[in-house]
Amino acid sequence: MTGMFGSIAAIGAGLAVLGAGLGIGRIGGSAVEGIARNPEAAGKIQTAMIIAAALIEGVALFGVVVGLLGAKA
Amino acid sequence: MDLILPDFGLLVWTGLVFCLLMFLLAKFAWKPILNAVNTREQKISEALELAEKTKIEMQALKAENDQILKEARAERDQILKEAKEAANGMVEDAKGKAKDEAAKIVESARLTINSEKAAAMAELKNHVASLSLEIAEKVVRQELTSDDKQKALATQLAGEIKMN
Amino acid sequence: MQQAGKFSSLLQIIVFALSFFVFQPFAKASEEENFNVGEMIMHHIKDAHEWHIAGPEHGGTSIYLPVILHDNGFKVFSSKYFYHGKEVEVAGKDSLSFHYMEGVGPAKGYALFHEEIYKLNNNGELHFVGEHPHNASPTDLSITKNVASLLFGSFLILIIMLTVAGFYRKNGAVAPKGMAKFLEPIIVMVRDDIAKANIDKHKYHKYVPYLLTIFFFIWINNMLGLIPIIPGGANLTGNITITLFLAFCTLLVTVFSGNKNYWGHIFWMPGIPVPMKIFMIPIELIGILTKPFALMIRLFANITAGHIIVLALISIIFINKNIAWAGLSVPMALFISVLEILVAFLQGFLFAMLSALFIGAAVEEAHH
Repeated sequence: MTGMFGSIAAIGAGLAVLGAGLGIGRIGGSAVEGIARNPEAAGKIQTAMIIAAALIEGVALFGVVVGLLGAKA
Repeated sequence: MDLILPDFGLLVWTGLVFCLLMFLLAKFAWKPILNAVNTREQKISEALELAEKTKIEMQALKAENDQILKEARAERDQILKEAKEAANGMVEDAKGKAKDEAAKIVESARLTINSEKAAAMAELKNHVASLSLEIAEKVVRQELTSDDKQKALATQLAGEIKMN
Repeated sequence: MQQAGKFSSLLQIIVFALSFFVFQPFAKASEEENFNVGEMIMHHIKDAHEWHIAGPEHGGTSIYLPVILHDNGFKVFSSKYFYHGKEVEVAGKDSLSFHYMEGVGPAKGYALFHEEIYKLNNNGELHFVGEHPHNASPTDLSITKNVASLLFGSFLILIIMLTVAGFYRKNGAVAPKGMAKFLEPIIVMVRDDIAKANIDKHKYHKYVPYLLTIFFFIWINNMLGLIPIIPGGANLTGNITITLFLAFCTLLVTVFSGNKNYWGHIFWMPGIPVPMKIFMIPIELIGILTKPFALMIRLFANITAGHIIVLALISIIFINKNIAWAGLSVPMALFISVLEILVAFLQGFLFAMLSALFIGAAVEEAHH
C-alpha cells in the first residue's frame, strides 16, 4: 500500500518537474533571444529571467512537496 | 512526512538566534559598513564633481589665456605695422627732403653757374672788346702805313672775331 | 580542446584511484548488512540529536549533543543516554517492527524514535498506533545537529561581518582590503541590485540590514551544508523549520510596512467592477500568504534536493557493492557539488530578491 502511494507520488513529482522544465526552458530561451537582440540590457533581462524562473520553480516545488506528502516518508 | 513538518524546538532556537544575529549585525556590522561605503561613495562622487569643475575652470582659463594671447598678438602686429609705416614715412620724408635739398642745391648751383657764366661772358665780352680795341689800336698804329695792308688786316681780324 | 579532454580523463583516473582508498572500508561494511539508501538519505537530511562524524551509523564516532526537555521543569542531559541506551524492538501490525532507543541514566523514562523524544507509558514502553507512537512527547528544546549548526553558522557570520566592520572602523572610508575587499561588492550588490532596484528609492534604506542579514544567513549556511565533514554537513537551510521562520520574517516585514496603497489594492482593487472587487478580496488575502509560502518551499526543496542528489550519487557505490562504481559516482557527485555552490548563492540571492520585491510592492506609492 505504502509502496503504491510512493509510486503515484513519484509520478506526480515527475509531472510537476515536466511542467517546470518546459516553463523554465521557455524563459531561458526567450531571455537568450532577448540578450542576443539587445546585449546592453543583458543585466536587466537576467534579473527578470531569474525571478520568473524562481516563480515557476516555486509552483513546481509545490507539486514536489505534495508528492512528498503523498509518499508518506 | 515529518520532513515537511516544522519542529517546535528548532523554531524557538531559530527565532532566538536569528533575531539576535539580526540585531547584532544591524548594530555592529551593517551600520558601520554601509556608513563607510556611503561616505566613500560620496567622497568619490564629490571628487569627480570637483575634477569636472576644475576641468571646466581650466578650460575657461585656457580660453581666456588664448584670448589674451590673441589680443597681444594682434596688438603686436598693429604696433609693428605702425612702426613700419612710421619708418616708411620717415624714409619717404627724408627722401623727399633730400630730393628737395638736392634740387635746391642743383638749382642754386645752376643759378650760380648761370650768373657766373653771365659774369664770365660779360667779362669775356669786355675783355674781347678791350682786346679788340687794343688790337685795333695796334693794327691801326702799325698798318696804317699801307692801305692794302690795312684793308687785309681788317678783314682778317674781322674774320677772326666772327670765328670766335 | 584535446588538452582539456586528456586532462579530464587523467582527473577521472585520479579521482577513481583516490576513491578506492576512501570508500573501501565503507564498501566492506555495507557488504555485511543490507544498505538502505532511502533510510540513509532521510537520516542525513533530517535533524538529529547527535552529530555523526565517521564510522558506521551506530557505534561510530559522534558528538553527543545536549538534550534539553521541558517536562515539569527543564531537564538537560547528553544524548548519549539515548544512543547508548537500550535498543527495544516492538512488533506492530502487518508484520512491521519498530526499533526505538530507550533512555538510560538521566534519560530514564524517555525514548528516542526516529529522532523524536517520547515519554514512556506506564508499562515502560512506546505504544504504536499505525506507524507512530501514541505516547506523549515532552517539549524538546534540545541543541540538535541543526541548532548546533545554526549557532556555528551565525557565529561565523558574526565574526566575518564584525571583522569587516572593524576594518572600516579602523581605517575609515578607504579602499577595502582583505575580507572587506571580498565582501564589499556583495554587500553593495545586495544594497543596489536587490534593495534599491525593487524598493522605492526613498524608503529602501530601512530594509537593507534585513535583506543583508537574510542573504548572508542563507548563503553562508547553504555553503556550510555543502561541506561534508563537521562543522558543516547539516541540512540547516534545507530544513522546513528554518525556511518557515525566514519566510515568516519576510511576511511580517511586508505586512507591517504595507501602506494605504498596498492595502487598498488588496481590499478594494481599483479599476475593476464592484462584484469583482469583492471576489478579489479572498484571493488577494491568500496571495499575501502564498508569496512567503513559496519562499519557504523553494529554499527547503532546493537545498534538500541538492543534498539528496549528492548522497544518492555517492550511494551508487554502495547499492552496487562494487568499488569500481566510484569512477562514475564520485565525478558526478563532484559536479553536482560544484553546481550546488552556485545554487547556494542563487537561493540566498533569490530569497532576498523576492523579499525585496514583496516589500517594494508593499511600500509602493500610487502612481495612476
